[in-house]
Amino acid sequence: MKKFTTTLAALLIMGSASSFADGHKVKVGMITTLSGGGSGLGIDVRDGFMLAVKGNKNISVITKDDQRKPDIAVQLADKMIQSDKVDVLTGIIWSNLAMAVVPATVNQGKFYLSPNAGPSKLAGKGCHKNYFNVAWQNDNLHEAAGGYANSAGFKNSFILAPNYPAGKDALTGYKRYFKGSLAGEIYTKLGQKDYAAEIAQIRASGADSVFFFLPGGMGIGFMKQFSQSGIKLPVVGPAFSFDQGILKAVGDAALGVKNTSQWSKDIDNNANKKFVKDFQSEYGRLPSLYASQGYDTGKLLISAMSKAKVKDKDKFRDALRKADFSSTRGKFSFDKNHHPIQDIYVREVIKEGKILTNKIISVGLKDHSNAYVSECKM
Amino acid sequence: MSSILFFEQLLNGIQFGTMLFLMSAGLTLIFGVMGLINLAHGSFYMIGAFSAALIASLTGSFWLALLASLSGAAIAGVLIEIIIIRRLYRRDHLDQVLATFALILLLSEGVRWCFGAFPLYLDIPENLNGTLPILDDIIYSKYRLFIIFMGLLIAAGLYILISKTRLGVRIRAGQNDRQMISALGIDISKLYTIVFALGASLAGLAGAMIGAIQSVEVGMGEPILILAFVVIVIGGIGSIKGALIGSILVGVTDTIGRIFLPELLKIFMEPASATSVGSSIGSMLIYILMALILIIKPSGLFGKT
Repeated sequence: MKKFTTTLAALLIMGSASSFADGHKVKVGMITTLSGGGSGLGIDVRDGFMLAVKGNKNISVITKDDQRKPDIAVQLADKMIQSDKVDVLTGIIWSNLAMAVVPATVNQGKFYLSPNAGPSKLAGKGCHKNYFNVAWQNDNLHEAAGGYANSAGFKNSFILAPNYPAGKDALTGYKRYFKGSLAGEIYTKLGQKDYAAEIAQIRASGADSVFFFLPGGMGIGFMKQFSQSGIKLPVVGPAFSFDQGILKAVGDAALGVKNTSQWSKDIDNNANKKFVKDFQSEYGRLPSLYASQGYDTGKLLISAMSKAKVKDKDKFRDALRKADFSSTRGKFSFDKNHHPIQDIYVREVIKEGKILTNKIISVGLKDHSNAYVSECKM
Repeated sequence: MSSILFFEQLLNGIQFGTMLFLMSAGLTLIFGVMGLINLAHGSFYMIGAFSAALIASLTGSFWLALLASLSGAAIAGVLIEIIIIRRLYRRDHLDQVLATFALILLLSEGVRWCFGAFPLYLDIPENLNGTLPILDDIIYSKYRLFIIFMGLLIAAGLYILISKTRLGVRIRAGQNDRQMISALGIDISKLYTIVFALGASLAGLAGAMIGAIQSVEVGMGEPILILAFVVIVIGGIGSIKGALIGSILVGVTDTIGRIFLPELLKIFMEPASATSVGSSIGSMLIYILMALILIIKPSGLFGKT
């Protein structure tokens, strides 16, 4: 009799498990930048995400390259929604692409989990119940940089960023927290690589510090040229110009620079240790903050899938909102507008042996949310 | 706005211009002699930079790296000319554009296969690091002066090559009448290969010199390619002199415009919107310049009418 009941129980469990699996399959469409300039960021997000969902049979991922072009991203999103019938979209790196894709996607009832771009429009008036940002609101890291500049005693900053949505968010974020005055403010061309003219302005401006947001290859050029110019001003910026992918290309010019990030490889928690170790053994390189964002996005998705079926939209949304996963960043939760509440750290570029990397020196902003929560009517 | 700053920005503009010249000289030569629109010219810029980064990481010498950029891009140029480009001379421009666009995709992916998607490291030599005082108060980057010097040197070299040597005579003859010079017994296909390789190697050299202060990454050549086309349209297609003058014009307009336009607007606008509007118009300036020049001289400054 006892044997019979255990068998029966086992059968029941198996039965429920299989029906459980069916309703819980999720099809993910990943649109990210995999070719051309800026592809390092997309590749890191993809690799981080794939590492998180590795071995999970209930998740199937279709990955497509947006070539950093808004029109292509829109076409890909349409195709994924119409013919591939994906449940969840993710992957976009650039804010201008996110602005083109996200509103249409979430209005069609699909979920969008942003592993990177967090334009202010989508956090404030344009927020949506199906849109979740797992990385940061664009202003966040820059706000922390502004806060750091105060504590370092800077009084007169020269600030520059590219002329596109995230660039404007960056300077707004810095100015929101920085208490000193501005020696100058410049918007550069998106994709610009030569900063001779801007550096000459900095030299002539009488600033006591420089804040810049120039993601990807743009920042490499700026740091190298700035250090060659012989200007000895302290530089502060968000982590995007000092992430693992590009430090190697910047070289020693980056040493000692303070930068702000919501993630660093030396954040002390088990999820992060496992992530750094697994990422290195899987791909043979150190992870960047983009990789950690992709990884957390994957983990968030899995956590929601264990609570609700993706077809049951309201329950699935509630499950996402709980953010019940162990983030590589430690403490992580969503604010009312579905953007993270998290610590932002100040890091310093150091040399570990021959490899340039970052080390946390302090917590810049604790349990930091964003300035747009009140504008979001959800 | 002090005159020192203005002069420094002028130098920056000239430096940008000389770099553009290295790109556009090859482009305009190839179009002038072979009648070929080569969209893949930016890929040679990239190949030059990657060859240089590779050799610099192996040997540690910047000068060997520059040599490698010249020869790497030239070798790639010869191979591509013989295998692919040669078949395109008789086709119309649309076919050439399609084929060379495909080449961009192939070469970019090829380089990404070999070197990965992350930018490579290439730095300037120690003795060109830092600044040099010129004229009282003006201090200027040694390396950028070196770029200006190299650009002028190559401009002079090209002038001598085109006007004083036998090869130059053939190139000029090729520009004027392709059928006639092949009828005169000159090996036209060899001439084409040489011109193509020459253009490619100049682009490669530009890539290496600029890669050292910017970044060496896949797709680095395309933004420069667009500017190089603007330059040769302004200068007159096929004219080296036009390419030189056009390059300096574009370089100076772009640099001066994007810095001083926001300052100018600040006089009658609030600073934040002046910065944003000014830099937007600043990035359009060279195209406005191109439009104006084409209204006055439809075939460019030194183009044949």
